[in-house]
Amino acid sequence: MRLPQNKSWREVVSDEILVSIDQHIEAHLNVPGALMPLLHAIQDDIGYVPESSYPRIAKALNLSVAEVHGVVTFYHHFRSHAPGKHILQICRAESCQSMGSEALEAYVKKTLGVDYHQTTADGAITLEPVYCLGNCACSPAASMDDQVCGRVDIARVNEIIAEARGA
Amino acid sequence: MAIKIYVPRDSSALSLGANKVAANIQAEAAKRGVEINLIRNGSRGLFWLETMVEVATAKGRVAYGPVMPKDVASLFDADFMSGAAHPLNLGLTDEIAWLKKQERLTFARVGITDPVSVEDYVAHDGYKGLKNALAKSGADIVKEVTDSGLRGRGGAAFPTGIKWNTVLNAPADQKYIVCNADEGDSGTYSDRMIMEGDPLVLVEGMTIAGLAVGATQGYIYLRSEYPDALVTLNEAIANAYQAGYLGEDICGSGKRFHLEVRRAAGAYVCGEETSLLESLEGKRGLVRFKPPLPAIEGLFGKPTVVNNVISLATVPIVLDKGGKFYQDFGMGRSRGTLPIQLAGNIKQCGLVEKAFGVTLRELLYDFGGGSASGKPIRAVQVGGPLGAYLPESQFDTPLDYEKFTEIWAVLGHGGIVAFDDTVDMAKMARYAFEFCAVESCGKCTPCRIGSTRGVEVMDKIIAKEDHAKNITLVRDLSDTMLNGSLCALGGMTPYPVLSAINHFPEDFGLKKGQVA
Repeated sequence: MRLPQNKSWREVVSDEILVSIDQHIEAHLNVPGALMPLLHAIQDDIGYVPESSYPRIAKALNLSVAEVHGVVTFYHHFRSHAPGKHILQICRAESCQSMGSEALEAYVKKTLGVDYHQTTADGAITLEPVYCLGNCACSPAASMDDQVCGRVDIARVNEIIAEARGA
Repeated sequence: MAIKIYVPRDSSALSLGANKVAANIQAEAAKRGVEINLIRNGSRGLFWLETMVEVATAKGRVAYGPVMPKDVASLFDADFMSGAAHPLNLGLTDEIAWLKKQERLTFARVGITDPVSVEDYVAHDGYKGLKNALAKSGADIVKEVTDSGLRGRGGAAFPTGIKWNTVLNAPADQKYIVCNADEGDSGTYSDRMIMEGDPLVLVEGMTIAGLAVGATQGYIYLRSEYPDALVTLNEAIANAYQAGYLGEDICGSGKRFHLEVRRAAGAYVCGEETSLLESLEGKRGLVRFKPPLPAIEGLFGKPTVVNNVISLATVPIVLDKGGKFYQDFGMGRSRGTLPIQLAGNIKQCGLVEKAFGVTLRELLYDFGGGSASGKPIRAVQVGGPLGAYLPESQFDTPLDYEKFTEIWAVLGHGGIVAFDDTVDMAKMARYAFEFCAVESCGKCTPCRIGSTRGVEVMDKIIAKEDHAKNITLVRDLSDTMLNGSLCALGGMTPYPVLSAINHFPEDFGLKKGQVA
């Protein structure tokens, strides 16, 4: 996996980030089944769930660090390392396949010079597969960050990538 | 009075530029000094016509579509606000044949109302079911649902009333209503359309479920791939609290029900009810052994109703018009209607709600208009990634749970994905295993290991290595997964695989008609 520049596997996160993580933990202490909403809150805020936050989360929710690690890694949505500035998801499910998503995938991988779960060299875009965006009536589908796009052909995906790089 | 203009906020419409269309309409109206009331409705479900803009006129709502952002100025030039002629004019929405041929019960309001307005919801027969439910005992509500013949629309088709009855009769200090909104099947989007187009019907259905079984807390477990639905649901729930339809004292009855949306995190297996409950509890989504049933020991060990979005969203009309009314639709033991989703390589993709009994052929050709590519439709997959592939010879099968079982297929959540004659069924069979390998929770061996072995064997078949032997091996592996897996993920992956081999042997290096 290629990571954005200046990031190592064991990321050192800033004190500022640790403070905001602690605030999220504090806000979720009395929530039943708190771990999932807490992980979402952290990832929504800083873009990923840093490994260095696992011990804090574990201690606050009376879990083991292994349990926290297990949950973060079980779900495709959660990431433990910082992604690129934007996340491009290409749907790989049957409906999109029936409308030519395989060619689209191949094109995007070639254009960005990355495979799935990798980030472009300029740190702009992380490419992820997704199994259904619920946009099966407008296949093939892709999404840039939270914006779903329908009937995505090569021209459209070029536009989406250019917009993201420009932003 | 300001003229009402409707532009959908449905995420499929948004994926085609609906927000830009709405913004251009606002800007154009401001420029021309015209007063408009722009309402962001749900989608009517005619996705080849999205963005479909509607204007309320004296004769009724007039539709225009597909509207691109660049078309907006010409719509104003043509005076579309009075329903005037324009190349994109589709006539009165209610007269569009595609909609007229449907029987919309669960989807009665989708595309018509402002999804988050309680006032609009009530003005269109909303909360009538709840009013009736508040006057009944829990047992009587359960009886009404049982009498309706409603079966779980998530795919398993278990009678909803029987599930509720088990929870009703399970003594506990706390019970839960959990809505399974982890709609992960490819080719399905009806849950999303409800949540984005008429979320209050789901809120009402869950409230009625709570009254029926004595549960005071509900959770909607929503997939993380639906960020727009999250926004709509949260707005609708906040408005329902505000209007006194949720909270400590529902409509002054003294009864309480609280509701919260919880986000999933991209695990397909969490659509399986026990795995979903683990996830809600903050754990990895590992499937639980049954028994105990969730109805006895569910969320946090308490009796829990777990129902799909469509099942719960159908409850209000059952309580409004009575179980008998709903029961009168359908065929055999499949009562009522099914919201069917046309997807993939189909010309006119969209949401068709029809009574059970409609055939695949009617859906694919009368509604769908054939393939999008113009090539013959060769195969359809019904019921998501774990559903069987059906060849043209089976297109006359009526949509009915038992009829589908007879041909070794499933209706599932009502999604239909069509493929034209360029499809390679051996690749689709390989993909079925691959998907299972990506999404397996890993608890049981047939699913965890079988899926990966399946990909390997399919690779050999595709590479034309020792055909006959490897086909036998795939069948043997499928048999193990079918009978030995803990849940439907491993247990039904053989459906797409074996149906592909049986119906399309020529793609597997076998002679047509030769079933190895």
